[in-house]
Amino acid sequence: MAGDGPSAPREIPVALDVRSIRKSFGSHEVLKGISLAAREHDVVAILGSSGSGKSTFLRCINLLETPDGGEVRLKGELIRMRQRGGMLVPADMKQVDRIRSRLSMVFQQFNLWQHMTILENVTAAQIHVLGRDRKSAVEKAEAMLAKVGVADKRGHYPGQLSGGQQQRVAIARALAMDPEVMLFDEPTSALDPELVNEVLKVMRDLAAEGRTMLIVTHEMGFAREAASHMLFLHQGLVEDEGPPREIMANPNSERFRQFLSGSLK
Amino acid sequence: MEDLVAYLPLLIQGLRLTLLLAVSTMLLGLVLGMLLALAKLSRHGWLARSAFVFTNFMRGIPEFLVLLMIYFGGTQVLDTALGPGVVNVSPWIAGLTALTLVFAAYASETIRGAYQSVPKGQIEAARAYGFSAWQAFRIVQLPQIWRLALPGIGNLWQGSLKDTALVSIVGLDDLMRKANQAAQTTRAPFTFYMAAALIFLVLTLLSMAIFTRLEKRASKSDRRT
Ligand SMILES: Nc1ncnc2c1ncn2[C@@H]1O[C@H](COP(=O)(O)OP(=O)(O)OP(=O)(O)O)[C@@H](O)[C@H]1O
Ligand SMILES: [Mg+2]
Repeated sequence: MAGDGPSAPREIPVALDVRSIRKSFGSHEVLKGISLAAREHDVVAILGSSGSGKSTFLRCINLLETPDGGEVRLKGELIRMRQRGGMLVPADMKQVDRIRSRLSMVFQQFNLWQHMTILENVTAAQIHVLGRDRKSAVEKAEAMLAKVGVADKRGHYPGQLSGGQQQRVAIARALAMDPEVMLFDEPTSALDPELVNEVLKVMRDLAAEGRTMLIVTHEMGFAREAASHMLFLHQGLVEDEGPPREIMANPNSERFRQFLSGSLK
Repeated sequence: MEDLVAYLPLLIQGLRLTLLLAVSTMLLGLVLGMLLALAKLSRHGWLARSAFVFTNFMRGIPEFLVLLMIYFGGTQVLDTALGPGVVNVSPWIAGLTALTLVFAAYASETIRGAYQSVPKGQIEAARAYGFSAWQAFRIVQLPQIWRLALPGIGNLWQGSLKDTALVSIVGLDDLMRKANQAAQTTRAPFTFYMAAALIFLVLTLLSMAIFTRLEKRASKSDRRT
């Protein structure tokens, strides 16, 4: 992954290159230098116990949290940071907004905009951020809603949908941006058990389509089937990583082995 | 009855000023109330504290006193500063300022509550999709703040519509003052106070109906099916 491993075909370009991300909250150092390079079409599963910094890592990539150190490159474009008062801050907020629009995020709590209809949820960022005209935004939104199987809900409001439907709408909202990389933060953790599969199915389809995705998840079966690469975070560092089947069968780290036996029982 | 017909144009003149004052108060009060609410929510402690002190002051003293302080107190201050009679505080300016400050003080609490009720995750989602801070505020927060604050603002509007009557004391030619004048010249106070009361009643009932419709429209997203 990081660097050019022998198994990684050289000709596939790196989509997202994240280097040595560090982040502390007060005196609590949550990320101690985490790197990851996702090639196009990679599906990277990020695992770790609760509080290990998975969400923080994902949020440092699109700068919802400002990292204390490290670099993020999307298709080679570095997010420029500068020092201010001993802290790192974005050098150009316009660039950050532009990069964010190329990286879609799907949240654990869906975070749909409650006052907008389902259709409006999926068109808003297309119109206001990408500058698409309403007509093409609506066409795109309808296609994406159909793709995740909630086209019939276009005139409803988020509060009228089940959790699984809301999360599928959130995925449609992400897809409508034609993102280069998609970030998922535990997309099924807030769902009732019987609704998990409808969301995982959509995500499997996306993986099969060759979308580049970073997925924080506790769904081990899904991670093993769908991911091309797996990362295990522990105490702010990458404790283990590799192709899912290999490292799940033969964990290099004792911690990861314990984590696996804990989550599989 | 003939008196009433004769004085009706006068009353209508007054009514126009009353409505103008009430509407201006609400618009200015909403803008100032929003700014005060943002100040209270700001990270800068001194800004938040000043906003709280200001609103507690405005809410803690009688509105009538605020008006007198601005009208007579303001004149006194300006006279001392610039010489007697150079600049005068007109009844209109005094009335508008007093009503707006009080409206804004109350509105800021309503708006602050509404602001805090919009889940932070929705703002994060907007930022994560590339909305600027201003876009996230305008497109995601503001409509939801509006929806949540609307009932409270409706009440404030009713209150300040009726409180415009206070401004007649300092000589603004509003509905109340016109009714008073008519009552005195015709010696028929009952007729004219009753007429003024009915006009206020019609206005408040009408605005209640308008606010109810606005609330219905703004809370479409609450409907469950
Ligand atoms: N804004 C914040 N301020 C202070 N501490 C924070 C903040 N966000 C996260 N933390 C702390 O950082 C650590 C990592 O949190 P994070 O949410 O990244 O963990 P996680 O791996 O996503 O956990 P989970 O599986 O529970 O979602 C936790 O100890 C958390 O309390
Ligand atoms: Mg998390």
